Amino acid sequence: MSQKALDRLQRTLPQALVQRYEDLSGAHWAIIAKESLIPLLRYAKEELGFRLFISMDAVDRLQLPVNKPRFEVLYFLYSIEENEHLRLKVLVDEEAPVVPSAHDVFQGALWAERSVWDFYGIRFEGHPDLRRLFLYEEFEGHPLRKDYPLRGRQPLTPERPHGIEEAFCGPGSNRPV
Amino acid sequence: MAPHGLEPHAHDENPLDTDFGIQPMLVNMGPSHPATHGTVRLKVALHGENIQDCDVEIGFLHRGFQKSCENVTWAQCLPYTDRLNYVSPMMNNFGFLSAVEKLAGIEIPERAKYIRVIGAELHRIHDHLVATAATAMEIGGLTVFLYAVEARELIMERVTELTGARLTTSYGRIGGLNRDIPDGWKDKVLRTLDCVRSAANEIDGLLTRNRIFMDRTVGTGYLSPEDALDFGFTGPCLRACGIGLDIRKARPYWAYPELDFEVPIFHACDNFDRYRIRMEEMFQSDRLIRQALEKLPGGPVLIDDWRFALPPQETVLSSIEGAIAHFKLIMEGAQIPAGEVYHATESSNGELGWYLRSDGSGRPYKVHIRAPGFQILSALSKMVKGKLLSDLIPTFDTINMIGGEVEQ
Repeated sequence: MSQKALDRLQRTLPQALVQRYEDLSGAHWAIIAKESLIPLLRYAKEELGFRLFISMDAVDRLQLPVNKPRFEVLYFLYSIEENEHLRLKVLVDEEAPVVPSAHDVFQGALWAERSVWDFYGIRFEGHPDLRRLFLYEEFEGHPLRKDYPLRGRQPLTPERPHGIEEAFCGPGSNRPV
Repeated sequence: MAPHGLEPHAHDENPLDTDFGIQPMLVNMGPSHPATHGTVRLKVALHGENIQDCDVEIGFLHRGFQKSCENVTWAQCLPYTDRLNYVSPMMNNFGFLSAVEKLAGIEIPERAKYIRVIGAELHRIHDHLVATAATAMEIGGLTVFLYAVEARELIMERVTELTGARLTTSYGRIGGLNRDIPDGWKDKVLRTLDCVRSAANEIDGLLTRNRIFMDRTVGTGYLSPEDALDFGFTGPCLRACGIGLDIRKARPYWAYPELDFEVPIFHACDNFDRYRIRMEEMFQSDRLIRQALEKLPGGPVLIDDWRFALPPQETVLSSIEGAIAHFKLIMEGAQIPAGEVYHATESSNGELGWYLRSDGSGRPYKVHIRAPGFQILSALSKMVKGKLLSDLIPTFDTINMIGGEVEQ
């Protein structure tokens, strides 16, 4: 399972792969250096055939035995020809949680990166539109961080001054143009 | 004197040719709109009837699925998974359980594998019926919706008999199923399948060669196969782009390797082919359920390992070992070994993937769901840009985004 692909990656981009390991079910993972993430994703897509963007997420390791650096950003790609997944990880510091954006390589990362920013507060450098995806802009904090309380309530926010109401002005509405 | 602005001009400065300074009109569709389903807000900038820009805003149904799961035991996550794709909840249940079982290294009994196939395929028919019905209704074919809802109701009744609930099934447990199929259920399912098949044929007759339906769907909502892969399309939407990826064939699980079925593929990448894929898949699921019912082996439906599965009730009430196992499972939860896993099953809309991380404490450390609709919905804006506003409705329908799983 994705061993061959990782072998090829290691031969072509030896400095990119920091560590390789197997999980309990025998699947192969690789930890990638942050600087070489984008070239590696592009190589995997264009040369190795991992063209299907599966998913992306992050893990906050705060409560795990090994928690430095604090975050892991996960990338899952899939190759239809080889019928295998590529499971990649990037380790991210708490002090500077910034990862280069992969939206140039995979358009599917546009929303996935917004959701990671929303939930974990990891910024993606070069993302064209890094707004929150699920929550609203006034929300404070990032709820999937382990130090965000389970019942962390936020105050109601006032109505935004400029929004869709512009679409409802003019004839038939009580708002002037 | 001629009115202002209408004085005769030289030929090259005809006032009728002057620019009116047209501004895009901002139209807000949703979060609750009669022509869409699901709680998605589409902010559409229109130039005449053409869509200049479309911003998709989600999150109105966000319920903090991941955070909730991280704070309960593994078994208690199961009811949350019902609420992801509420049109085919059994697939979510079984998908989640399969990932947990993979993490714990559990092999479920043969009979449970077959019943999982039957349940999942019933819900695949159900999901496709609802998707097709909603598509037809939202572009004006209410008759189709009524036929489909009638057939759907029959499936709902079978699901209720099997699981005890119409929508929130919570069926299945770590290591198998919580109960076997009820008496006489097989024959009822076969009769239901006959009715559903005739309803599907009716729908096929009403839509597949319908001029109005074809005008709305053929060639609309196009996305090239390269872009589809790039955005992470899976399931029917990817198979309508000519790429025949189906996890049931590519990485078979449960009882799928022993059953005979085909993966329909269409090539036009448009709304019409997405509709046709769903119709074909309903017939394939019908085949699968009939085969699985015929081949259904005997035996238990739950593993006999008290570290993960509850002991039978008489053992709990009559022996100290049973009582302790029951107490520990309820109070502490199944002790899934520390580790991580990514496991995916083919749900009705595509690859339903789970990345699970366990720290060995009895509660999930991290539950990531790869919802098929999430990646597909992220491409909606690209699919409709530059197209007509009326194309947005069938496109939004045939990608079959389900609010529950997209917005978690």
